[in-house]
Amino acid sequence: MEILMSILIGLLFASAVYLMLSKSLLRIIIGTGLLSHGAHLLLLTMAGLKKGTVPLLGEQANSYTDPIPQALILTAIVISFGVTAFFLVLAYRAYQELGTDNIDDLRGTEKND
Amino acid sequence: MINLLILPIVIPLMTAVILIFFSKKVTAQRWISAVSTAGTFVVSLILIRQIDLHGIQTLDVGSWPAPFGITLVSDMLSALLVSVTSLIAFCCVLFSFRSIGAERERFYYYPIVQFLIVGVNGAFTTGDIFNMFVFFEVMLMSSYVLLVIGGTKIQLRESITYILVNITSSALFVIAVGYLYSIVGTLNMAHISQRIAEAGQQPAILTVVAVLFLIVFGLKGAIFPLYFWLPGSYYAPPAPIMALFGALLTKVGVYSILRTYTLFFYHDQGYTHELLSILSLITIVLGSIAAIAYKDLKKIVIYNIIVAIGVITYGIGAMNTDSLSGSVFYLIHDMIIKAVLFLLAGIIISITGSSDYRKYTGLIRHYPLLGWTFFISVLALAGIPPLSGFVGKILIVTGGFSNGDLVGGLIVMMSSLFVLYSLMRVFINGFWGEASGSTKNDSVPVGRLLIPVLILVIAAISYGVFSEWANHYIAQAVEVLVNPDLYIDAVLK
Repeated sequence: MEILMSILIGLLFASAVYLMLSKSLLRIIIGTGLLSHGAHLLLLTMAGLKKGTVPLLGEQANSYTDPIPQALILTAIVISFGVTAFFLVLAYRAYQELGTDNIDDLRGTEKND
Repeated sequence: MINLLILPIVIPLMTAVILIFFSKKVTAQRWISAVSTAGTFVVSLILIRQIDLHGIQTLDVGSWPAPFGITLVSDMLSALLVSVTSLIAFCCVLFSFRSIGAERERFYYYPIVQFLIVGVNGAFTTGDIFNMFVFFEVMLMSSYVLLVIGGTKIQLRESITYILVNITSSALFVIAVGYLYSIVGTLNMAHISQRIAEAGQQPAILTVVAVLFLIVFGLKGAIFPLYFWLPGSYYAPPAPIMALFGALLTKVGVYSILRTYTLFFYHDQGYTHELLSILSLITIVLGSIAAIAYKDLKKIVIYNIIVAIGVITYGIGAMNTDSLSGSVFYLIHDMIIKAVLFLLAGIIISITGSSDYRKYTGLIRHYPLLGWTFFISVLALAGIPPLSGFVGKILIVTGGFSNGDLVGGLIVMMSSLFVLYSLMRVFINGFWGEASGSTKNDSVPVGRLLIPVLILVIAAISYGVFSEWANHYIAQAVEVLVNPDLYIDAVLK
């Protein structure tokens, strides 16, 4: 199961990198979303995908899942949600102000200043 | 266990929350922020005194015992950095009164600055690696807003690069923490250090994680080859924001490298620390070349950040008592003096209307105080004794030489000359000579703007002149870095 998840995470990262290298701002934002998805899945997989039960059933339970990674993922999801929302608004505002969503036209060259 | 060390995080947080409610009342915003940052500074001084008397202070948040809950740890290093941060924030807030413009002030400028301080102070204080990530995000989120506040074209354009770089590095941070957790099974920094030390010979996978952390913090701290985003992004915002960024944000990255490379990954120094040293030296060389290549005052100061980052991380890479105390010394010096230079650059640009220093001469005829302040801070930056850059640099060079690394020490020393030249030509060209292109500009309240700058310059001068007295505190900070057991014992008892 862990191997399968690792391949999936790799695929997510690969598509994230592909999207982030494209020129359209919107694709880049979707790329960052995929990147953080990959990171969250990786956190989940790192702790081991046990077929245990709910995180804590009392100290005598003989199998339970480690709750820490899930707490970490929850925090990371909230943060990446906030950042993505901000990025989308910024992209829209930049599009209004600069009239383009093509990264090539947003370069800090002499002409653009 | 005392609550004192959470105050530098809580005071700005509460202030920010209160300030949001009446964003249009600019005068109240100004004074509340000034009082709050001054209060944070006073609290951090009390904290330093407390650590001086009673050793490392820890606080288990929510009373969860140490390796299980989040622990805040304030050793001398983090307390010193917290106090310098608060001082710089205080001066930048004072500077903003007359320079940032009412438009930005009414659109949540002051609350966001407070949130930035929450993030920076939190990252310095926390003793939990994932909590550090959270405080990084608090800091970054506020820095995104500060970078784009005002919404000019250049700001919008540069903030896209800045956000993209930081989202990538945050994802890498989460990944690095995930790997580390899967190997050592804990997030408490003292506990991680203990577990890694128990493993004896550092396993290869930990070296991989060490390099991953270097990439993450290198992206924030701007070491070679990860500094490409910095010159463009820092160029965009107005002077006080630029000063906050230049003085604080990159230094948080450097602090994190300092912390992780002395607390976690000190077992395989032949690989990790050697790599760090080499990257630092390349950073210094490229930063120096860029600093003398540009004719633009802002660009010159920005590339000087990169040179300074290289010097500090070289000291971390050399990893002995001398070089580490040099790094800590230089880190604090550089925070203060970079804030001074950015604020001065802001004043000069608003007087002359141009950041190209060839377009004006003889500024000192109209503004003698400004000229001499600039002169002194350039000398301090380059490390002319007895000013503050000297002690740190000589310790770093000594540390490098005692490791037998002659080339590294020489490069660090040579970089001083380049730094001195890069800014001294601004002084010679722009301040000396007949006054031309620099008529007195009465719309800029230079006298009032210089007050916060002078506070920082006096701090920098006394930091250099009384370095023996400062060394009393620096030595305590370095003791913990050299001997991680002190940190572990304080946290885990």
